Amino acid sequence: MTEPNMPVTEDELHAYVDNALPAERRGDVEAWLKTHPGDAERVRSWRAMADLLHARYDSVLDEAVPKRLEIDELEQRPRRWIYGAIAATLVAFVAGGSAGWVARGATAAPSAFQNFTVDALDAHRLYVVEVRHPVEVAGSERAHLQQWLSKRVGYEIKAPELDASGLKLVGGRLLPGPEAPAAFFMYESPSGERYTLYTSRAATGTTQMRYASQDKDGAMFWAEKGVGYVVSGPTDRDRLNQVARLVYDQTEKSGG
Amino acid sequence: MSAFRDSVESMIPALRRYARALARDADIADDLVQDTLVRALRSEKLFIGGDIRSWLYTILTNLNRNRRRSLARRPVLTELFDNNPDASGTEAEGRDIARALASLVEDQRSVLLLVMLEGLSYREVADIQNVPIGTVMSRLARARAHVKAYLEGAHPTVLRAVK
Repeated sequence: MTEPNMPVTEDELHAYVDNALPAERRGDVEAWLKTHPGDAERVRSWRAMADLLHARYDSVLDEAVPKRLEIDELEQRPRRWIYGAIAATLVAFVAGGSAGWVARGATAAPSAFQNFTVDALDAHRLYVVEVRHPVEVAGSERAHLQQWLSKRVGYEIKAPELDASGLKLVGGRLLPGPEAPAAFFMYESPSGERYTLYTSRAATGTTQMRYASQDKDGAMFWAEKGVGYVVSGPTDRDRLNQVARLVYDQTEKSGG
Repeated sequence: MSAFRDSVESMIPALRRYARALARDADIADDLVQDTLVRALRSEKLFIGGDIRSWLYTILTNLNRNRRRSLARRPVLTELFDNNPDASGTEAEGRDIARALASLVEDQRSVLLLVMLEGLSYREVADIQNVPIGTVMSRLARARAHVKAYLEGAHPTVLRAVK
């Protein structure tokens, strides 16, 4: 095994640098490197590469751990939306249709419509926590808001009246969507619960209404005549369904 | 706090380092670490002995693979100040190694970082990636050759300057 003249392999050179070589073979490799300058140069460059990596990334070890990564914090608060988790959840959901959940894992590539819904949920998550600037145009300027967003998204969009669900329009904003600009409306209940509607042109004809949820957020999403809609809010499914139906009825009347 | 939680907590700085090098963007990296920790804490009862460290690296590596898959259809983001002409010395070298890593395919980048930055054994990396050791060796060899060529192309002296 350790006869000195046995040629040193590439794997052994790597193992030598990574301290994974059996001790009895180290001397052979060191002798080999003295007479093989090309291999010696590679070994040296790999060590320099390790030094560069540590020089670039070891400072992360000394950074204060952000509060959101503290164990106590994570155990008290539910996980935030995370793209992988959402995509996996949605794939599972869509695979199962509205009948329920089918755990398929995240192996299927997400469809354009799933990306659309992920974008809507990202926007919901991002803006519902905003205290001072949740919207660009306030609900008090409803007519202006509708006119502006209709012009930008390219179809007639009215901010639905959700008073029947106890929700008042906070306002809206324009967002980039996967294929075209998206209109985003936020509503709030007297107790501070926030619901959002995200709508944009989508490369999807018409689908039935579907539901997805994770921790404290839920979404009802559907598409109609090439326009996608996502209503997001707290996970109380009956209530979310009620809000989504109100939105659905009003968009249907306006011709989508 | 339980011994399990202590072990998980003590790994946070190293997981953040690995994630930062793997994902490049600091916020995305911390998202990955956060999701890794949440999963680990929720799975405490499912963890039946073994090496917590390897297990955490496995979760993070898989999450990153899923993330990249779900983002595959989106445009690739590049850093706004990638071509900062004032960058020099250590800063330029750090930038170059980050770019070199970004140019590797996912499995090679993960092997390179687990071995060279995190100091895991070939056996541990094979378990994390769920492949034979021979596959780890060939991924490592290809990754090292690629990064070496990349760095020599960008700054011919960079691998010589250190040491």
